[in-house]
Order: sequence, then C-alpha cells, then structure tokens
Amino acid sequence: MQDWRKNKLFFAILMAPSAFWLVVFFTIPLAIVWVYSFGGRGPEGQTLIGFSFENYRRAVEWIHLGIIWKSIVIASITTAACLLLGFPLALAIAFAPSRLKNVLLLLVILPFWTNLLIRTYSWIAVLRERGFLNFGLEWLWDRADLLFTFVGMPDLFGEFQPLRLLYNLPAVVIALIHVHLPFMVLPLYATLEKLDRSYLEASLDLGASQWRTLSSVTVPLAMPGIATGVLLTFILSLGSFLAPDLLGGTEGLMIGNLIAHQFGPSRDWAFGSALSFLIMYATFIVLWIRSTVASRSQTGLGI
Amino acid sequence: MSRAIVSIQNVSKLFGSITAVDDVSLDIAEGEFFALLGPSGCGKTTLLRMLAGFEIPSSGRIMIDGQEMEGIDPNRRPVNMVFQSYAVFPHMSVTDNVGYGLKVTGVPRAEIDKRVKEALALVKLDGYERRMPGQLSGGQRQRVALARALIKRPKVLLLDEPLSALDAKLREAMQLELVRLKNAVGITFIIVTHDQDEALSMANRIAVMDRGRVVQVASPAELYEFPNSRFVADFIGKINLLEARVAGMENGRLLADAVGIGRVAVPFSGAAKSEIGLAVRPEKVKLDRSEPAVGRLKIRGRVREIAYYGDESHVFIEDGAGLTITANVPNDARTTQGPVAVGDEVWVSWAPADTLVLTE
Ligand SMILES: Nc1ncnc2c1ncn2[C@@H]1O[C@H](COP(=O)(O)OP(=O)(O)OP(=O)(O)O)[C@@H](O)[C@H]1O
Ligand SMILES: [Mg+2]
Repeated sequence: MQDWRKNKLFFAILMAPSAFWLVVFFTIPLAIVWVYSFGGRGPEGQTLIGFSFENYRRAVEWIHLGIIWKSIVIASITTAACLLLGFPLALAIAFAPSRLKNVLLLLVILPFWTNLLIRTYSWIAVLRERGFLNFGLEWLWDRADLLFTFVGMPDLFGEFQPLRLLYNLPAVVIALIHVHLPFMVLPLYATLEKLDRSYLEASLDLGASQWRTLSSVTVPLAMPGIATGVLLTFILSLGSFLAPDLLGGTEGLMIGNLIAHQFGPSRDWAFGSALSFLIMYATFIVLWIRSTVASRSQTGLGI
Repeated sequence: MSRAIVSIQNVSKLFGSITAVDDVSLDIAEGEFFALLGPSGCGKTTLLRMLAGFEIPSSGRIMIDGQEMEGIDPNRRPVNMVFQSYAVFPHMSVTDNVGYGLKVTGVPRAEIDKRVKEALALVKLDGYERRMPGQLSGGQRQRVALARALIKRPKVLLLDEPLSALDAKLREAMQLELVRLKNAVGITFIIVTHDQDEALSMANRIAVMDRGRVVQVASPAELYEFPNSRFVADFIGKINLLEARVAGMENGRLLADAVGIGRVAVPFSGAAKSEIGLAVRPEKVKLDRSEPAVGRLKIRGRVREIAYYGDESHVFIEDGAGLTITANVPNDARTTQGPVAVGDEVWVSWAPADTLVLTE
C-alpha cells in the first residue's frame, strides 16, 4: 500500500508540468472560445457574453454550409490522395534494407524542416502563370513544335498558352497533399514496420499472389495505422488555412479562412468561435466512432 | 528407400559473409518423417526456408517431386509450411484461416466448405469454426496452422519448431498428435527442431546439423547408438567421454590406452587416427561393490553426487585422478534407499561392445 502512495505522488510530480501547460494554455482558452460561441457581436466588434444558438444557426446557413461542405470535400480528396501515395511509400520504406530505411524516413520528414509558410509559398513559384511548371510545359511544347516542323508540319499547335494552375481548388489540394503526406506515411510506416513478416510469408506459402497478399493480409493488418493516418490527415487538412489563403483564390476558400476572417476583418469572434466548435464537434464524433470501433475489434475481431 | 520427394544437392546459403548453410546434400524419401536437428544458429531454419522458397540458395539446387525449384515462387511450390509463430491471420476466423489457401487459388465455395470441415475434424477443432484466433489457446492456434497447411494437400509439409511455443505437457501430447496426423495424411513431413527428444521420438530419420553442415543422417536409434562424431554423440543424449591413444589393432579389436582405465580392447572396424575418444552412455554403465568380471572396462571411484529423478537416478562417480563418470541407475525396487549412497566406494564398468569409438 505504501508503494502505491509513493507511486501516485511520483506520477503526479511527473505529470504536473504538462498538466499545468495543457490546462492553462489549452483547456481554459478552449473553454473561453466555447463560451464565446454562444455570445454575440457588439456594435464596435466587441464580444458579448450571452446564451443563444444564433451563431450556430448562422453557421449552418447555405452560404456557410457550402464552404463547410467544400472543406470536407477538399480534406477528403487530400486524405484519399495521401493514402494512395503514402501506403506504397510506407510499404517500400518498411521493407527497405535497414541502412536505407533511415535515409528514406529522413527524406519523408525533411519538409518539416522548412517553414510551412515557405513550403506553401513555393507552390506559387511552381504553379503561377510564369512558374516552373508552365516553363517546363512550354519547353516541351516548343520541342514538339520543332519536331513537327522537321516532318513538314510547322505551327501545328500554334503559340503555347500557359495553363491557369493557381488560385483554384486543384492548387489547394496539391499543396495540402504535399504538406500532409508525412502525417499519413509515418503512422502507416510504424504499423507496417511492426507487422510480423511471417503473416505475409504464410499467405504466399498458401498460394496467394503478391497482390492478393497485399489486399487480404497486409492492408487489413495495417488497419490501425491506416485509421490513424486517415484521421490525422483529414482533421489537419480540414482546418487548413494557409494553403487556401495563398493558393485558393475565391474558388478554394475553406472553413479555416472563414474562421480567420471572423477573428480578423469581421471582428465577429462569437461567430468565429461557433464555426471553430462546429469542426471540434465533428472531430469529436469521428474520434468517438474510431475508439468504439477499436475497442470492439479488441474484444474479438482481432485487429 | 522409395523415391526421393525432396532432393537437396550441394546447397549453400550465405548472408553477406556468414555461411548459414554450407554445402548440404540430402535426399528425403516420400512418406518420411524427417527431422533437421541441431543447436541454435546452425542453419536449420534457413535450409527449411529455402525449401519453401523464402530464401534463395547461393549455390546448389533443390528438387521437389522431381521438379527443379530454381525461380519458382513460394506460392507455386508443392510444399506448405507451419511457422514457428504459427502466423494464424488474426483478422480472420478459424474457418477463413483454414480455407484461405483454397480461396486464393479459386477453389469453388462448396468444395472449400467441405474441405475446411474435413481439415478441422482432422486436427480435432470441430466446433471452433467461428472463433477468432485471439480467442484460441496456443495449442489450438497451432492446430489451425496445421489444418491451414494440410488442406492444401502439399507433397511435403514443412514445420519450423512447431512445438517450441507450447508448455512441456502440451508439447508431449502434440508430438503424438503430429505422428498420428502424419500417418493419417500420409505425406512427407520435414520438421526443424533443436530438441533432441522431439526428433528422436517423432522422426524416422534425422539429419544432425552443426554450423551449417550436415554431420550425420541416420535413424534415431542409429544416431544414438552409433554416432559418427563427438559432436553427434554429445548433442544426442549424454555421454561419458575418455580421451585415448591408439596402440594398435588385434583381430578386429582396437587396442587403446585410455585415461583412467589403461589398456583396453574394444570392437572396432575402420580407420582411426592416433588420438580417439572412447565414450559410453550413462545407462550402459553398471555399478558394483566388488570388482567386475574380467573383460569389462572398469574404473574404481567414489560416489560424489546423486540426482534423483523418480524413475532413475543419475550417479556421479569420481576416480582418484578427478575423472567423473555418470551412471544412470534405474530405481526398479520400491524403496527410498538407493543402491548406493554419496561417499560409497564403487566399481564402474561397461561391456567393450557398448563402447563408442569416436574418431572425429
Ligand atoms: N536474413 C538473415 N540475414 C543475415 N543472417 C542470417 C539471416 N537469417 C539467418 N542468418 C544467420 O544464419 C545462421 C543460421 O540461422 P538459422 O535461422 O537458419 O538458424 P537455426 O538453426 O534455425 O537456429 P535456431 O534454432 O536458433 O532457430 C545464423 O548465424 C543467423 O544469424
Ligand atoms: Mg530457427
């Protein structure tokens, strides 16, 4: 019994700094925002404390619902693309020779060493009208033109017209994939790395092809990692603010920009809080579903 | 010996600079229960994995059922493997696990159901169809792994230390069970083990491996009674070993001067270098109060220690020069007093014919 008391004290001391940090800088501000979300906007843009669902009602107006829906679509596309790109990547790293493994992992997290703002800005240099991508395309265009001139068909294509790649939805999605890929690859890698190779060998041994083994054994056994990666990527990209702000134009506006606008130019913190908490509620629901599924599978379904 | 179902010809395997398997040649006949036995790290698993196709030989070749195995992927080989960890898929029920190998090769549903039923009956797991692996004991999981491999009707079943994860009681039961299964399905079993009792009690033939090489291939009794080297004699069972110097041959008997006994004559045919080992199994050693008959090999000593095992006692006798001989004495009378006690002066002796002459 004495031991237990000692242990309790030990753990309390150990946890005190982080608990203090979380409460003061996370829980309390979050609670304030939550309280704000039921308040209103004063004539000078000050936040009035009150209790009404007016902000939530406004949040689900069509114009806002449209942006929320678009955010969900963008986040979903980003997540799906990250999964499709990230799974083979994670698999390749997990099965790479151990010397190569660390180098490859380093390459995956290398972008983190660069500021998010710079990474996002760099896409402007790539995608704008006179950007790297259009330059590259123009170069190819000219070569092709030259080739056709040689075979006696000059000016078949006409003048190169630069593509409009920036300030639209695809630009936002491309940048979001770039930013969020490591959040998908790392949990997938962690799961695949731990995966007992004899499961895969057993599948092959029993006559399954490599593809069949991938779909029937590897992917199902990697489900915990897939769930974590998908969740992480989706939640992070849903709340994106920088990429749509810099690259999205009016077409690529996301809920993050809407919220930022309320706290900034509109000076309507109450409404911004309600919008923020709408995402929070959605996140909680998704996490709750995930944990119930996980606990169910622990008591029987294996995974 | 009937047709060789597995033929391993001069196979070596190198991992970088480590030679895991070193120039192994083995023929395994159809229907055999064959064991690969050896200490940890001697290359047993590597050899088995080369048969299954998970490792590619650095040199040499492997024939299974008359077919060259080079370039043939694991999923196309007529062998199946039971993994040491069982590798029962945790996300599939017992039925789905056992039927997996048929499903992936496009066997019709109705036939899968029928064969799964048969396979589960074979390993005595009927009634467990809907269970998930997490709800099974170690022994049951192993039965699933066995059923899952046997349902493919392989030409050869490969088992990598299949019993090492089970407790002693269950292991003994599963040894009998494996022999029963082997007789029921009639296919060739190749089992890897580092447990000599397991190999001796189950296999008809055993290959003893040491540092990548096969040092002797023989039946269990032959290995035990006629080991061809000190390594085999020492690895299989226990021995008392005396160093000796060869003095000559005399009508079919080898004359040697052994440490602690002096000049002895033991039956021997073959060639011997000047330095040999003379050995005797502890259960072949007799203890006497008075001097044994002429012709037996004998040493006089004092009982130093007795280890009691119920059915028998192991008596350790030390002679004046510090040589220790172990004698296994059966406790064949119902008494708490053994035939000898610590400190007793006794004669240790054995017949010349029971002496192993170890030239290697
Ligand atoms: N993939 C590998 N890479 C490098 N070395 C390996 C590899 N697999 C095995 N080895 C080495 O080859 C040798 C034989 O290994 P193997 O697993 O065949 O031994 P084993 O007889 O099965 O031993 P145990 O009884 O411990 O399972 C060992 O020295 C081992 O370290
Ligand atoms: Mg092994």
